[in-house]
Amino acid sequence: MARQIRRLSEIPREELFVSGHGLCAGCGIPPMVKIALKAVDGPKVVVNATGCLEVATTLYPHTAWRVPWVHNAFENAAATASGIEAALKALRRKKNWKNYKIIVFGGDGGTFDIGLQSLSGALERGHKFIYVCYDNEAYMNTGIQRSGATPVGAATTTSPAGSVIPGKPENKKNLMDIVLAHRIPYAATINAAYPVDMWNKFAKASDYLEKGIGPIFFHYYSPCPVGWRMDSSLSIEISRLAVQTRLWLLYEVDHGKIKINVMVRKPKPIEEYLKLQGRFRHLLQPENSHIVERLKRYIENNWNRLLKLAELDSIY
Amino acid sequence: MSVTVRQVRTGLNGDEAVAYAVLHADVDVISAYPITPQTIIVERLSEFVYNGELDAEFIPVESEHSALSAALGASLAGARVFTATASQGLALMYEILYIVSSLRAPVVMALGNRAFSAPINIHCSHDDAYAARDAGWIQFFAETVQEAYDLTLIAFRVSEDERVLFPSIVNLDGFILTHSIEPLHVFSSKDDVSKFLPERDPVNAIDPDNPITYGPLALQNYYMEIKRQQAEALFNSKKIIDEVFDEYSEFSGRRYVPVKKLFVDDAETVFVLLGSTAGTMRHMVRKWRREGKKVGVVSLTLYRPFPEKEFVESVKDVENLVVMDRSFSYGSPGGQLYMDVSAALIRAGVSPRVLNVIYGLGGRDFTPDLAEKALEVATSTDVPLIWLGVRGD
Amino acid sequence: MDRWPSKWMDLPIGGVINIPGTSTWVKTGTWRSHRPVVDLDKCIKCLMCWVSCPDNSIIRLDDDYVDVDYTYCKGCGICANVCPTKAIDMIEEGGR
Ligand SMILES: Cc1ncc(C[n+]2csc(CCOP(=O)(O)OP(=O)(O)O)c2C)c(N)n1
Ligand code: SF4
Ligand SMILES: [Mg+2]
Repeated sequence: MARQIRRLSEIPREELFVSGHGLCAGCGIPPMVKIALKAVDGPKVVVNATGCLEVATTLYPHTAWRVPWVHNAFENAAATASGIEAALKALRRKKNWKNYKIIVFGGDGGTFDIGLQSLSGALERGHKFIYVCYDNEAYMNTGIQRSGATPVGAATTTSPAGSVIPGKPENKKNLMDIVLAHRIPYAATINAAYPVDMWNKFAKASDYLEKGIGPIFFHYYSPCPVGWRMDSSLSIEISRLAVQTRLWLLYEVDHGKIKINVMVRKPKPIEEYLKLQGRFRHLLQPENSHIVERLKRYIENNWNRLLKLAELDSIY
Repeated sequence: MSVTVRQVRTGLNGDEAVAYAVLHADVDVISAYPITPQTIIVERLSEFVYNGELDAEFIPVESEHSALSAALGASLAGARVFTATASQGLALMYEILYIVSSLRAPVVMALGNRAFSAPINIHCSHDDAYAARDAGWIQFFAETVQEAYDLTLIAFRVSEDERVLFPSIVNLDGFILTHSIEPLHVFSSKDDVSKFLPERDPVNAIDPDNPITYGPLALQNYYMEIKRQQAEALFNSKKIIDEVFDEYSEFSGRRYVPVKKLFVDDAETVFVLLGSTAGTMRHMVRKWRREGKKVGVVSLTLYRPFPEKEFVESVKDVENLVVMDRSFSYGSPGGQLYMDVSAALIRAGVSPRVLNVIYGLGGRDFTPDLAEKALEVATSTDVPLIWLGVRGD
Repeated sequence: MDRWPSKWMDLPIGGVINIPGTSTWVKTGTWRSHRPVVDLDKCIKCLMCWVSCPDNSIIRLDDDYVDVDYTYCKGCGICANVCPTKAIDMIEEGGR
């Protein structure tokens, strides 16, 4: 049984994701990866889609990984993991192979966009693995291009804050809804400002895998100081603000039952969140106030919808 | 090796023959997506798995891209892995073809050769096989249904050999082989076949006790060394392929060689080709010989690594070479086999007159009349390239 | 790179990295312009800096107080920012 914790001192010291990698100073990805590799106990392998995490942690001959790690391509991490899982099943049955758990990391580009089909296929087929989408809300590795996860109004290199079109015109895609449409046993959002919550979700996922329950999906809020144009020290602070403004809802869906993990009773104004990030700076100009209003409506609708859904015994 | 194993004489189409070979190879994982003319393979294998005849995981993936992606994952995990596709499916896998060979994963794929769109066409061309020619896979071409069965078993043995560790493609001509029922001999069980093809003993399989980083980023300081090693290793696999061919020949009683020759020793004109057309050509060559025409035929069972030495050896003294391509490399001097052959001839310092014949695209019949036509052009003109049997020429 | 083979025939096959954790050979501490300094008197052992550090540069001591390993610290300042008691200061490198 993986341990559920109440304080951070219960987390073991030994790191399976080590120093010397080339992720930017202040990158939000490692705090999640470190917890994932520890909270999912026992032998494990990692499958990684192309993106910042993959590129910056395995510049030959330097790897930051102390677990088996597989990178195939950009859009096929879920398919690759399907193959590993199927092989393990066959080999365990036929040759008494040792068991291990499979954790997949994919960026928002590799998950929301180009990899959505392979993810959907794998979820539908029910492979037993944990898939984590680390969502930094753009294609960062190739230089901050917009993705289906980029929020409305955000400036990226392919949705610049132009004088005619001020940032991304479209809303962020709701990936959790798409994932939940596959009726998978366990899915949750996670956030590095709430490490105990994050740990406990990974630990629960680990236990589920042990019991043959899967697939499991996590949507991780992954701050990117470079792409969001904010100070490198702010990654955790911005993570907390995202929750406290109700922009990022922290919840889990366990066999269809929604539980809201952080009840935000008095949300902070979204402007506090926007003003810390260069990608949103133009939204604070008076002529763009309608975009902020749109964002506020989105946030409110989303929150109210989640509250309603959480009243149901099961959304499945 | 002198094991005597029982074989059964039966009648199967090419797809079924491949499916039986996969059954007899006792694969662990099959990851495939249906596409004509490969579909029967996927259907038969599903039946074997769903009826418990084959103890394997069948991954019913949502695309060919995922089929090969999952196959790679399964192969790295240590499983014996099979996939099959054709044409558009191969094109969709393209990105992953290179990754599988570069990571040295011994996946075996059957390719029911079919023309690329557009126009969409389900019949035979070698577009798909040629599209994979630079991707670092070993490629075999079957001439008959029997060969499709045998080469599938051979492919597993070759690919998984620790001195090789490259994926293999077994090409079988769409419909001409995939859907034609021919008599053949098959082994009676996987236990018999295991004497030739023991269970996979993986090298560097995923193992939490030995954490390996597969598929890292390598830039200017190492990429070229990694690629140089791969290129060398694929060339070197030729020796092992020869060995396995010999072994299988003895095991099965059917002789396999990389380059098949008929009447080439004193031939003035030699046809060079791939796949099932060799059967038609053999028939024609016998006929021509009866007529006193000195014609021979060379067909390549092994296409990658290109069996350069044997090939050049077999054609070095001929006057006319007719290279038959069931595809065309658009914008280049000719078909893809033609270019391999030309490079090999230049390197060997021999210079016969070479005619490149483009034939049979999209399943167009290759008839004896067309063969006569090709011979006539080859022996009476200096035309370098013809599209055989095309209206308007 | 003297710890890794250089010639093509000596590299592990398949382009894999067959030694775990070789990134520790790369000392990313050279990236830093500011350096965190911990005032243990203020530390309440909450370990937020330790879980949040992207570079494993916060050393968690046996008694759960923390220290900084400057070998890899890129100076991002997350540790100083997350500390609820402001026990960590960012000091300009070279400066004092
Ligand atoms: C098939 C394919 N298309 C495009 C690319 C180029 N590419 C590499 S990473 C990337 C973006 C990755 O974005 P995301 O998944 O969000 O991860 P991040 O870089 O933000 O961590 C792109 C477009 C690629 N490697 N493969
Ligand atoms: S660009 Fe962003 S996501 Fe990528 S390594 Fe840098 S901080 Fe992390
Ligand atoms: Mg991204």
